[in-house]
Amino acid sequence: MKKEIGVVHAVDNISFDIRKQETFGLVGESGCGKTTTARLILNLIEPTSGEVLFQGENVYEKIKSPNTQEKLRFRRKMQLIFQNPYGSLDPRMTVFDIISEPFLIHKHIPKKEWKEQVYKLLNLVGLEEYHAERYPHEFSGGQRQRICIARALAVQPEFLIADEPVSSLDVSIRAQILNLLGKLQKEIGLTYLYISHDLSSVRQISHRVAVMYLGEIVELAATDELFEKPLHPYTVALIQAVPIPDPKTKRLKIILPGEVPSPINPPVGCRFQPRCPYAKECREETPKLMDAGGGHLVACHRAFAR
Amino acid sequence: MRDTFKMSEIILNIDGLKTYFFTEAGVVQAVDGISFNLRKGESLGLVGESGSGKTVTALSVLRIVPRPGKIVEGKIEFNGHDLLKKTEEEMRKMRGSEIAIIFQDPSSSLNPVYTIKSQLGDVISAHQSLSKEQVEEKVIELLRLVGLPDAETRMHEYPHQFSGGMKQRVAIARALTLEPKLLFADEPTTNLDVTIQAQVLDLLNDLKKKLGMSLVMITHDMGIIAELTARIVVLYAGRVCEIARTHDLFELPRHPYTAALLAAVPRLDMRKTLRVIPGNIPNLIEPPSGCRFHPRCDFATEACSKMVPVLEEVGPDHFVACHEWRNISLKGERTSRE
Repeated sequence: MKKEIGVVHAVDNISFDIRKQETFGLVGESGCGKTTTARLILNLIEPTSGEVLFQGENVYEKIKSPNTQEKLRFRRKMQLIFQNPYGSLDPRMTVFDIISEPFLIHKHIPKKEWKEQVYKLLNLVGLEEYHAERYPHEFSGGQRQRICIARALAVQPEFLIADEPVSSLDVSIRAQILNLLGKLQKEIGLTYLYISHDLSSVRQISHRVAVMYLGEIVELAATDELFEKPLHPYTVALIQAVPIPDPKTKRLKIILPGEVPSPINPPVGCRFQPRCPYAKECREETPKLMDAGGGHLVACHRAFAR
Repeated sequence: MRDTFKMSEIILNIDGLKTYFFTEAGVVQAVDGISFNLRKGESLGLVGESGSGKTVTALSVLRIVPRPGKIVEGKIEFNGHDLLKKTEEEMRKMRGSEIAIIFQDPSSSLNPVYTIKSQLGDVISAHQSLSKEQVEEKVIELLRLVGLPDAETRMHEYPHQFSGGMKQRVAIARALTLEPKLLFADEPTTNLDVTIQAQVLDLLNDLKKKLGMSLVMITHDMGIIAELTARIVVLYAGRVCEIARTHDLFELPRHPYTAALLAAVPRLDMRKTLRVIPGNIPNLIEPPSGCRFHPRCDFATEACSKMVPVLEEVGPDHFVACHEWRNISLKGERTSRE
């Protein structure tokens, strides 16, 4: 589990790596750059500077490659599933057409095997073969998200980016999709980048987690380490802001004052300092993301002052 | 429903409420015989997934159910008045002054072409005859109450100049303008970021204490419910499954749906195996017969598909609508580090 499959330098000087077959969680509030990071990794938007390496190869060079076959081969390795399964399925296509469309584009499956492959994919995501002839509107939100996952898996990717995949689903359905993602990882060895603002689901599914604030990564650690021993004041506040579904648990509450500032004109020094209860000379110097011990990375002057 | 509390302490009593939507595709039984009550000064949670009837129940109490919806049966008593017998004119006077509501999306509930001052001022002038200066003073006072910084300047601004959290504060201020006795908060923080959600929940809790209101918190978030409410009504597909004190509901749920819902929610303070509720939320045009949860229930028997279960008292302040409650033992939510 040491092989790196990606190294990113993006959004505002962020760097991280994702290991093979792990689930890497990316959390933060709206506007912190989570989705932009996902789009940068897939080269759906181009970075101002920096690079993304996937299995040692530069994503931008590969995707800009004049060799179409080479480009498609690379595209097949990485796939994306979106938050809204209502907006990401064409209402005029049957499920069969939706799931087999990648075959048409990538031509990696001979036509006579399409049916068999579609059925296999439907079974894999917990749907039935007869669903293939139906249209998206005949399905519930959870089932549609399963269709989106099946479509993403049609090109046999190794790496899947899931951008808020359960946020628009009902509570009883969220568990179904989270468990399905876990099952698929075990069965076909997928690697995930799981993006969400919902800390509880991130804790549930991720092996390692990075916390973003205003375009920067402020903390990165193994999941249990991060949630049990958070070092950055923003991570602490974020964790404490989540209500616990247990009336016997009395959580400590530090209510963070103010709101996330505009990324057009971010605060100087540490970007969190205007809202930070411990800020001292944090305006002077921008903290760097550094190892505080055992691979627990944090960008905070206070964490290293002690 | 039998109750250990005296009638005088009950501010809202809903009995057998049915609100249906008469659509072209058929009759949607959105609320189908819901009964519960609310005590003075109480925080009650109304929990359920989409389509469970939470919002329609609140809209029914305010009598603002949109067409083609109609209240077809039942009784809604507020402070001893039968709300379903009131004229539209009488209801209009009660809305805002006696019963108010805040919605999920503050961007769509505030008018984009009026300043905050004129939107709040209008509510005040519609119900009280005050001078221009007095109205302005009241607006400032309200905006300060909900923690809007720099109220004197910002009241002249338009909704789009405010962030989501600030807009929700303005919406809360508007709902509280006439000091209602009962406030419905319909998913008030669902659109907000977690740190802003914490601010708004804290504010609601504070204001409720300060103003002595009764609060009905409508949400699907079990965390918010656990933290903010004293008693919970669990809805599923337009009917009540279970009513219990918050503590009891989490500790010893009696309805299989309640237990399944608790087991399906990931928790921040621990990792657990998420239990899946099989199947999907039913279609309310042709809802399942008998108990509406029976097709998804692990404990369903033949009787469950035939007879509609009624609410039975199973303990102090604890009611459940399940044929099988005596025969099954359910697990509640374990505490953090057991």
